Amino acid sequence: MARAICWSVWSSMSFSFVIAQILNGLASASSLFIVASGLTIVFGVTRIVNFAHGSLYMLGAYFAVTLMTPLLDVSRSFPMFVLGLICAALLTGVLGIALEVLLLRRVYKSPELLQLLITFGLVLVIQDLVIRIWGPLEILGPRAPGLRGAVSIAGVQVPSYDLFLIAMGPLVFGLIWLVLARTRFGILVRAATQDREMVAALGVNQSILFTGALFLGAALAGLGGALQIPRAAASPQMDIAVLTDAFVVTVIGGMGSVPGAALAALIIGQLNAFGIVVFPKSTLVLVFLLMAAVLIVRPYGLLGRAEPLSLRVVTPEGFTAIAPTSAPTWRWCGVLIAALTILPWAVDAYAQKIAIEILIFALAAFALAFLIGNGGLVSFGHAAYFGIGAYAAGLAVKKLGFGMETALLLAPLAGAGAAALFGVFIVRLSGIYLAMLTLAVAQIVYAVAVQWVELTGGDNGIVGVWPARWASSRITYYYLTLVLCSAGIFLLHRVLHAPFGYALRGARDSAVRADAIGLDVVKLRWLAFTLAGAATGLAGGLYAFSKGSIDPTLLAIPQSVDFLAMLLMGGIQHIAGALVGSTALHTLKVIALPLTDMWRMLLGVMIIAIVLLTPQGLVGGGLRLFRRSTRGGASA
Amino acid sequence: MIARPLLSVDRLTKAFGGVVAARDVSFEVGRGELVALIGPNGAGKSTTFNMVGGQLEPDRGSVMLDGTAITGLAPRAIWRLGAGRTFQIAQTFVSMTAVENVQMALQSAQNMSFNLWRSAHALHRDAAIGLLRSVGLADSADRPVATLAYGDIKRVELAIALAGAPKLLLMDEPTAGMSRGERHDLMVLVGALARDLGLGVLFTEHDMDAVFGHASRVLVLVRGEIVARGTPAEVQADALVQRIYLGKSGTLAAAEAGRSRGTS
Amino acid sequence: MPTRRTLLAHASAALILASSGTAFAQQPPVKVGELNSYGSMAAFAVPYRNGLNLALDEINAKGGVLGGRKLEFIIRDNGATPGDAVGVAEELVTREGVSMLVGTFLSNIGLAVSDFANQKKTLFLASEPLTDAITMGAGNPYTYRVRPGTFMQTRMLVDAVKAKGVKKWAIIAPNYEYGQSAAASFKRLIKEATPDAEIVVEQYPAIGKFAADAGATIAALDAAKPDGIFNVLFGADLAPFVREGNTRGLFKDRTVVSLLTGEPEYMLPLKDETPENWIITGYPWEQIADPAHKAFVDAYRAKFNDTPRLGSMLGYLVVYMVRDLINKAGAPETDKLIAALGDMKFETIAGPVTMRGLDRQSSLGGWVGLSTQKNGQGAMKDWKFIDGATVMFTEADVKAAQKK
Repeated sequence: MARAICWSVWSSMSFSFVIAQILNGLASASSLFIVASGLTIVFGVTRIVNFAHGSLYMLGAYFAVTLMTPLLDVSRSFPMFVLGLICAALLTGVLGIALEVLLLRRVYKSPELLQLLITFGLVLVIQDLVIRIWGPLEILGPRAPGLRGAVSIAGVQVPSYDLFLIAMGPLVFGLIWLVLARTRFGILVRAATQDREMVAALGVNQSILFTGALFLGAALAGLGGALQIPRAAASPQMDIAVLTDAFVVTVIGGMGSVPGAALAALIIGQLNAFGIVVFPKSTLVLVFLLMAAVLIVRPYGLLGRAEPLSLRVVTPEGFTAIAPTSAPTWRWCGVLIAALTILPWAVDAYAQKIAIEILIFALAAFALAFLIGNGGLVSFGHAAYFGIGAYAAGLAVKKLGFGMETALLLAPLAGAGAAALFGVFIVRLSGIYLAMLTLAVAQIVYAVAVQWVELTGGDNGIVGVWPARWASSRITYYYLTLVLCSAGIFLLHRVLHAPFGYALRGARDSAVRADAIGLDVVKLRWLAFTLAGAATGLAGGLYAFSKGSIDPTLLAIPQSVDFLAMLLMGGIQHIAGALVGSTALHTLKVIALPLTDMWRMLLGVMIIAIVLLTPQGLVGGGLRLFRRSTRGGASA
Repeated sequence: MIARPLLSVDRLTKAFGGVVAARDVSFEVGRGELVALIGPNGAGKSTTFNMVGGQLEPDRGSVMLDGTAITGLAPRAIWRLGAGRTFQIAQTFVSMTAVENVQMALQSAQNMSFNLWRSAHALHRDAAIGLLRSVGLADSADRPVATLAYGDIKRVELAIALAGAPKLLLMDEPTAGMSRGERHDLMVLVGALARDLGLGVLFTEHDMDAVFGHASRVLVLVRGEIVARGTPAEVQADALVQRIYLGKSGTLAAAEAGRSRGTS
Repeated sequence: MPTRRTLLAHASAALILASSGTAFAQQPPVKVGELNSYGSMAAFAVPYRNGLNLALDEINAKGGVLGGRKLEFIIRDNGATPGDAVGVAEELVTREGVSMLVGTFLSNIGLAVSDFANQKKTLFLASEPLTDAITMGAGNPYTYRVRPGTFMQTRMLVDAVKAKGVKKWAIIAPNYEYGQSAAASFKRLIKEATPDAEIVVEQYPAIGKFAADAGATIAALDAAKPDGIFNVLFGADLAPFVREGNTRGLFKDRTVVSLLTGEPEYMLPLKDETPENWIITGYPWEQIADPAHKAFVDAYRAKFNDTPRLGSMLGYLVVYMVRDLINKAGAPETDKLIAALGDMKFETIAGPVTMRGLDRQSSLGGWVGLSTQKNGQGAMKDWKFIDGATVMFTEADVKAAQKK
């Protein structure tokens, strides 16, 4: 059947149509490559996953629409247009320098993930800034002089500008190649991409290298955005849209590999051009399916290289020593539980609701801390298991007619089941590729939730998921949440202190050593992934009943980033970090939301401030203050 | 009837790209025997080690441990068959204390690493301290391994390797980072372990004192091939080895080490 | 806790524009909670809020509601996800003690808040979400919708185009609920109108990402050789569709029918590239002669130094509906409000509107016409106002949906 459809579609493609699609695919490949090459260079040199790359692209587009009008007023000519492109790219590049010098440089000594968090804070800030500066309406920029029309190729009308774009890809590739191959800076970039330690050992001034990489990366992002102006309107939503695409290209090509990015962009361009003909709804998911498939077959992307079997001892980014829980700590836990028990009687219904949400997020974030902090498994797709738990609970109630109790049992099972299934593929990878596969998987799950309207209600979601009658009062549901979330956190905490938790942390510290004492690292990680999936699924189920509705935003990228932000804000080195961070972030959001339309900027600024002020997270910073004050007290 | 050798390596070969890192490497290690694998940098020592330990899969050849073929098995499987190892750059669990490192190995040996419930803090702690004592580190048991001197970390690695009650110890540069006195002590310790427990030990070493002072036999690896083998004295006397590897000062050092052993 | 609460109180005080000089008697104000995506959907939500504030000022200057009580709107950003929105709705109901909820733009948020209203037994007047689920399958007795939904707007367009007898249609719609259900409604209605009509090609680019594969998508549409195109793309997707489609000759000699395109929110960015003669729904605010509407436009331009958008008109109109509703109910209590609202008739700046009790959908109509350019700006021509009552779901449709 499917084959018959495909065949009919393919057979209906005329020669000229095939030519048209190839050219269209090449034009989008060029655009994709230019923006992705910047991302891959920045990653290669600095190992920073720059979430703000899409924002720089957006700024490039806005700079271009702003600059182009006065420039073209001077002379409506193609060279002026090119000048506008270059200016927009350079301006964005300068922003890249500012980003490196003012923000990233301050946290190089902190866990790498914090740099990611800063760039995420920037995404929020830049989004609102753009609306503030350029207004919320999209802006259609001028077309390129001399390239407004279309050229007839094999009977197809091909816009001249597409041909220009098709030429720009190889041109930019060539320029990058020249810089990388022929300049001292380029040689250093390549060396750093292959082996950072070596560059450090050569006595290279690392900060100049990083500043240069950020300039180049940002300028390429800006150029990519500016080049879109004749085709697309500059809009405040274009940052996230391009970011996922740039990630995909970078990962499929192999992170740090410019030729890889070019190859991946070519493949994706053609895949999309022809894919939409066969499956008109496929753009949502096609590239992520490709990325997942590539990573499963080639764990380092098409042209990426495995890091050499490294015996280097690196301080792991995660929990440092886990001591047996001391008696005072248990006492504080008791006080906390007691306080949480009387809390609902001390606050109003709305605060009770916020407390319920914080408890739920605390469990989900703690599960993420279990993975990242203890296992070194960085998940960019944690929301998938949260959402799957929520959907399992919602579907159990609405479609299968189960009660809330069964639904809350099914939620962790579904989370665990999904994590166990995806985990088989995910845990065989490591580092950034593992993170990217979790992202791809989450996007695929997201696409299923959006697309499978009959089951999931599409992006409208499912409404009417309310607690059973006995738990329908806010206070009862609060206690239910308190019991289940504390139990979940307690169990995970127990596992952290059990031989399994130790073995998992050991595998994070040195996989080579773990293997050499008989530990099956892949199996350890798989079980950890599954356990975290179960806890997160339970959190998702509880969340569904607390909100009464579920929809795909629960398993979308922003929710995953929220969980990461909670963990990192709280501090990744301490077990309590996730708990403190989820409380802090959600409280901030609740406070910021009613204050201003620009709550995203406010949130972004607060995230950046916290990262800069306490790079060890709130818990790390708090402990330092506490120790300083006790020491000060003792000496006084 | 000749006793079956503990470790028998037969024609191991490994190439990276076009570069042959090991070619037809064959040797045996018996019980109670300390076999040193020496050679200049890049001679293929670590490659050979990693093929025996399972970290690398050989292109060709076989490895038998106590009669069982272990060629191409995962390191964890080889460990369970009785081979403990240390690494050229020490591999420990840096977020843990010295004793926790050893406890981890003991828990793994007892197949307890997938236990989700029991508290791991005290599990096998006494036995772990015992192992640390045997390598002279009992006093540092509760220090985070990251704060130990490099030589001590190497000892922790040895204790970890011993936790699996191995038949064979694979030690890649066990004395790197140690003072001269420490080196000697460690090699004496390893020699005693081999003798008392009947362990076979295969080690690489740059320090010629350690090699010629303590090894039962020496293998010389140059550009991926074994060019000489025999007792320390035989290897020392080998003209080829002298020319391409030991050089003049090396020869002197070897002779000196041999003499000091003769006198001790 | 007290500090945070005072913080919140200050913040809401700042947001409430109660600039009227009328001194209200000691009676407490009537509070209405308003939530919308002011940050993430600023293009639509901010003009909506402006219209809303304009109406509030007028009403309170004239003595408020219920014979002298001030009408107060507590306005909140809904955080742009359904989960956040439900939390905000909760805050408005439990902490601010609002009598009813108003607002929302995105359909999934509208639905989540609607379900929350049902659970909390609070009236929710959904002003902008387009999804038909809110009145049909997922409807509930506490949720009423003001704006004509996807089905109604599609039907206006199909009614306008059916005389042309176009048979081979292409559909292009964003790949989410709004796009999918508009496409489904179009398929159903066009076949009712023109029995031998067929859909020769459908394309569903991801929302906000049309531009990435614009060329390929347009080539796919073109290759199927349709005679008519039904477009549901809007916002950031619309401009590249128009521009690339023009460059590639997609629209040449074809009938184009396009949802929402004439709304200033979407048409303004097109400027001198606004296509000619597309059949569109929209809001030709500058051409509407009705004096009440003219007065609104003048007041709006004077106050905000900006031209009104469709959202401005809706915000303005909704506040007046709320005023009339509260006055009719006699007290801001849910039971009385709901009893009053079913089949209630309103006089609005867009003509008389009835809130049909059956599906809790207002009969607010829409403007259908042709797109054109005037002085380098997009505009509508040959338009007429379609009474919403003529394009609503039939009672049989509604009953079938409610039975499910």
